[in-house]
Formats: sequence, C-alpha cells, structure tokens
Amino acid sequence: MKLTGAEILCESFTRLGVRHIFGYPGGAILPVYDALGKSKLHHILVRHEQGATHMADGYARASGGVGVAMATSGPGATNMVTGIATAMLDSSPVVCITGQVSSKLLGTDAFQEIDITGITMPITKHNVVVKHAEDIARSVREAFVIANSGRPGPVLVDITKDAQQASCEFDWEKTTPQLPPKRQRTSYDSADFERAVDLLNSAKRPLILAGHGIMVSGAMRVFEQFVRAGNLPVAMTLLGIGCFPANDPLNLGMMGMHGEAWVNHAIQEADLLIAVGMRFDDRVTGDLRTYAKGARKIHIEIDRSEINKNVKVDVALISDAREVLEQLLPRLEHRERAEWLGHIRGLKGDAAVRDIQGLPDNGHLYAAHVINDLWKETRGEAIVVTDVGQHQMWEAQYYHHNQPRTLITSGGLGTMGFALPAAIGAKFAKPEADVWVVVGDGGFQMTMSELATIVQEKIKINIAIINNGYLGMVRQWQEFFYDKRYVATPLVAPDFSALANAFGIRGERITSRAEVIPIIRSARESTESVLIDFRVEQEDSVYPMVPAGGSLHEMIRRPNSPLVETASTEL
Amino acid sequence: MADMQTLVAYVENKPGVLNRVSSLARRLAINIDSLTVGPTENEEIARMTIVAHTDEQGAHRLEASLEKLVDVLLAENISARSLIERDLALIKVQADQKSRPHLMELIKVFRARVIDVAPESLILEVSGTVDKIDGLLEVLRPFGVLEMARSGRIAMTRGSDSLQPPGTPAKSAEGETVAPAVK
Repeated sequence: MKLTGAEILCESFTRLGVRHIFGYPGGAILPVYDALGKSKLHHILVRHEQGATHMADGYARASGGVGVAMATSGPGATNMVTGIATAMLDSSPVVCITGQVSSKLLGTDAFQEIDITGITMPITKHNVVVKHAEDIARSVREAFVIANSGRPGPVLVDITKDAQQASCEFDWEKTTPQLPPKRQRTSYDSADFERAVDLLNSAKRPLILAGHGIMVSGAMRVFEQFVRAGNLPVAMTLLGIGCFPANDPLNLGMMGMHGEAWVNHAIQEADLLIAVGMRFDDRVTGDLRTYAKGARKIHIEIDRSEINKNVKVDVALISDAREVLEQLLPRLEHRERAEWLGHIRGLKGDAAVRDIQGLPDNGHLYAAHVINDLWKETRGEAIVVTDVGQHQMWEAQYYHHNQPRTLITSGGLGTMGFALPAAIGAKFAKPEADVWVVVGDGGFQMTMSELATIVQEKIKINIAIINNGYLGMVRQWQEFFYDKRYVATPLVAPDFSALANAFGIRGERITSRAEVIPIIRSARESTESVLIDFRVEQEDSVYPMVPAGGSLHEMIRRPNSPLVETASTEL
Repeated sequence: MADMQTLVAYVENKPGVLNRVSSLARRLAINIDSLTVGPTENEEIARMTIVAHTDEQGAHRLEASLEKLVDVLLAENISARSLIERDLALIKVQADQKSRPHLMELIKVFRARVIDVAPESLILEVSGTVDKIDGLLEVLRPFGVLEMARSGRIAMTRGSDSLQPPGTPAKSAEGETVAPAVK
C-alpha cells in the first residue's frame, strides 16, 4: 500500500491507539493536517502551541498513556518549548510532532526554519529529525516507546515537509521500533536487597517518602500493601499526592517547603527513610547539610542518575518501584511502632490547632476555605489541575486526594499557565471526570486564551480562580524576605466573569464564604463550563514555610490562634 | 590527578550524538578535558573516551546520565581500574644544524619518531601517557616549539576484562592473550 508520509503519520497514530491530538496548523505541517482531515483522529485546535503541549501533558498525566501535541516549524515549534520542559521535569510521556522546512532547505534560514531538535535537546528525553517518508512510522513508534518506558519523558519528532509529501510503500510490520541495544542497569544485587530488608525490619522510626514514580510504575496497590504490612507512615512529594489515600491514618501528607510541620519533623526525626520514586528535590529537602541527619536511607528509583545526586543513601535499589516493592513485601515484618506513630500524632495535634480551617467565619474569604469546600463538595473525587504558586500549595494542603492521577500540577519546572490547558487535556483523557482548574489570577492570565478552546470543543470544565490581586507566592517571599517591598507583584486583572462571558462561558464572582458552597454546587450541576472568580484575602500566606535553603525542621509556622478546633481529613 | 575522571562510552555512530554527549556535560557543569571519538569494529558503533574535570560523584552522574541518552549504548567510569591511556602528539620543533644532534638524543629517550625533516625544523610523533608527552614538551620548549597537535586521550582497561558494547556476542576466552603492558 502506497501512502504519503503525512498519511503514514496519521495511520501510525491510529495504530498506536491515539485518539486526540492537540495542535496548531501552519505551513510546514499542512500536509499532515490535510491527512488528519481524512482520518478519524480528533484534532483539538489550541490557541497557542504552549497550550498544546500542556494539554498533551495533562492528557498523559490523567490517563497514564502518551499525549500528543503538534505544531508547525519555527515559532510553532519554539512555542512548545515551555510545555516540553514542563513534561521533562515531571517525567510526563508526551510526543511532540513538529513540521520542518523541506530537507533541501535545511540550514538555509528558510522561512520559519528553526533548529528545534537543537533547541530541545536538553529538555527532551530524545528527539529526532525525519527527512524521509519511509522513516516516519518507525520514528513515531520509537518515540512512543521512549516516551512511556523507564522514567517517562517528552520526545520530539521533527518531520520535514518533503517527507510528509513523499509517497512510499507502507507496511506496519516492517516498521517495528529498532532502538539501540542498551545495557540494562536497572538491577541490584542480593546484598543490597538483604541490607534493605534488614534496615526495614530493624528501624524504630521509619518513614516512607512517596513520589511520582509510584504512580508511573503503577505500584499503588502493592505500595498500599507494603505500607500496611510494615505499619509505615508515609510522607508524599507534591507529585506523589494521590499515590496513597489521604484519608489513611498512615498518610501524613505532603513534605517539604510547604509541607505540614508534623511531616517535616517526622522526616528530621526518622531513623530510616524509604524513598520510593522520588528524587530529593531541593523543595523537598531544604538544607542538605541538616537533612534527616539521623536516618539511614533506602532509595528505590528507576533512574540511576538520581542515586546520591542530592542525598547520599545507604542502599539504592535501582529498578521499577512496583517490582522492588513486590519483592520486599513478603520480607517485611509488622511492627506496632506505638511510640513513633504516637509521637507523630502529637506533632499533628499541635499543628492542627493553628489551622485556618478552625477559624470562625470573620467575613473574610480565605483561599484555604475555597479549597476545603471544593474538596468537601466534590468528595475528594474530582481531578484537580493546579497552576503554580500559593493556590497550588493550598490545594496540596487542603484538598485530600485519595486516588492516583487526580492531582495534576507542574512540580519540577513550576510552570505558570499550566493549569487551564492541562485541565483541557485531562478532560479529554477522562471525559466522565469532574475536572476543576484551580489557578491564580497571575497564572490564569498567561494562558487564558485557551478558554476559546473549551468553547470550540464544547467541553465541560470548572475553573476556580483564586484571585488575590497579587502574584501571591512572590508577594509572600517579598513579605518574608524583602521587607514587604512589593515590587511588580500587585496585579491588575480583567473582570474574569465578564471575560468568561465574552468567550461564551458562564462567569461568577464570589466574595464571601457563605457563597462558596452554593456556587460550587451550581457549577457541578451545570452541563456547561463555569468560571468562578474567588476574591480571596489579598495578603494571605502559605504556612508552614521552610525558607529556600533553610533546614527542614526550621519552619515559619502558622500564626497561633486560640479559637480553633482540630481540622480533619475525614469527610 | 584526583579530580580527573576517565569514562568510556559506546554510542550510535550517527550525526548529533557528539553534540548530545558534550551538551550533557555542559548541562551538568562538568568541564571536559579531552574527548575522542573513533569507529569500532562495528561501523554502526563509535567509541568515546571522555576525560572530565570532576570527582567520582560527578563521574557517576555523567556516566548514569549518558546512559539515559537513547544513542548511548553504554558508559562506564574506568578511572578506578588499571588503565592504559594514550595520547598522540605531532610536534613541530625548530632544529638547525647545531641543535639537531641534541634533539635526536632527546627523541630517542622519549621514544618519539621523526616523521618530517626540513632545513630549519623537524616534526616529531610521540605517543604515550599525557605525562610523557608533557615531559617531552618541556624539554623541547627551549629549542622552540613551532606547532603542536594532540589527539586527546584514548583509554582501555588492562587484562582480558574487556568492555564491549551491549549486544556484542561474547567471545570465547580461549586463545585470548593478555597484552603485555606497554612501557
């Protein structure tokens, strides 16, 4: 069967199980768009190519499969850079297809020619230029394998226009991936394994540090068994949220810069840390010189380059998290740990009395209230897609996720503008899910043009803007560390509800706590997208906070209030 | 040198791979002292010797990160092993009638070879460890070094423990000889 390169690309997508492509057309990718029109693939027209990559990323994170983004050459391709880097830092399997000028024009500075493989080399897991129609199917198949194997990541395939146009014989069977034969390094010897077992069974104050890798390897079930078998308390990274139910008493919550005090204290006081699928990011460890000084460390991680990168560990088990946990599980002995777990509970009680949730309604609307009410109203079952900043941390603290892949957020790169497009991608991956965007007034203004994509695609997403009139997290840093000099953080925004109306979306503005639950209910009942502009307290801060580079146990705590009661994670 | 690490990598012999490798070192803020690439007996695979200014920890990161590149089949830090390292230099040195006999003496001591003779200069070829070549250079300097080209280091572990690209059929140990160490 003779097909053009463009047709081969679409046929390959179909055979790989792709149903949605997020993209934006242009000259150098036009042959592919022509072929797309004749295929059954659903193309979602975005408003900016950055949006396409975030959508593909959100799609991948919600589904566990590969998300596909497409753009033309030159500016189309360079607009993808931020989204590709976001996917790279959070190990998200995204395949980006870019058009490229014809092969005979390569290197001539032709119209809309840019060296996108050169530009994206450090921010992709792999990238490739395809100059022949014959190579398209194999390259795309390889891209899918690379993107979603081992530690996942983005792959970019740059296809010249002449390769899209040329015709060649198409035989799927003859295009199987031919990746280089690599040495397998994902292994550990029995001595390391036995050492880990000994450490696990002899620890008095063990603590698990649960990361994104648990979700990626599909280890949730065995992880839960592991936690219960060993009676081991769990602290989560931001991207690890959802890997273990928040309502489980052994789940302490998020660790790190804005982790709750009891979590960070538990890390500092532990005698054994079991890090699973996480990478000891600086936002998680604080000052490395004072980090968990009294703890032995076991690192279960698939990426060998992460071992001893930031934190020196005693035992490294370099492999897929699920496989390692399955092997360790039968060797793990149950311990009561009454003293250790009781100690952590004590720390927790102290922190809870400072919590804003216990404050009586004083007429002010706090972001934490909005998040808490959203959690209660959605019974913790929504897919929440957050942006970056204060609202992101409040979401992580006050929305208690019990299911994996229900919090989608930009962790490693911290990309503002991520939430709205990523939520669109998540909605296509999980059309039945209740998808909520939780976003600040700053980040929303970065990619709000994607509201038009929502309308054009007729999808239902609810958008909660946590609007405090500041670039809140930066303002908070200025308050704490720059003597309240609020330079470039006060932020003028349009009337978001009117803006939503202009796009053809229902918009609401909420200014008091009493209105929060009714509007959340109303939005959930509506079959159309609703944007809610929550006007929250302007100079509120995220607590606790470990200042950048500070020790994990030296947190800026919440201001104490005698009026409060204990907050609960039970619904 | 304590802060110098030697790595060997087998890579796909195709365009852009050198860029990926050097770009990775840049990203990890590791300064490369010497990087050589050459073909292997399999034309699809090239072998790199990378000498980097870093400590053991940095070398581990470089090695493990290199292996994450799709086009890198294997990377190994061989610094701690018993190694043979060789550098090749071509040195054009000033040589008139008067200095020539003295030069020839030195060349002999360093086991260098004269490969070009001109009325006022010689080109020497010398191979060996970096120290040896540096030593020769030191003694040649007073004569006047006009030009020099060095290949960068290539390295191999001693003995029959050979580092082969993955997918290479294992060779029988029979008949294999352990090469005598070159002095």
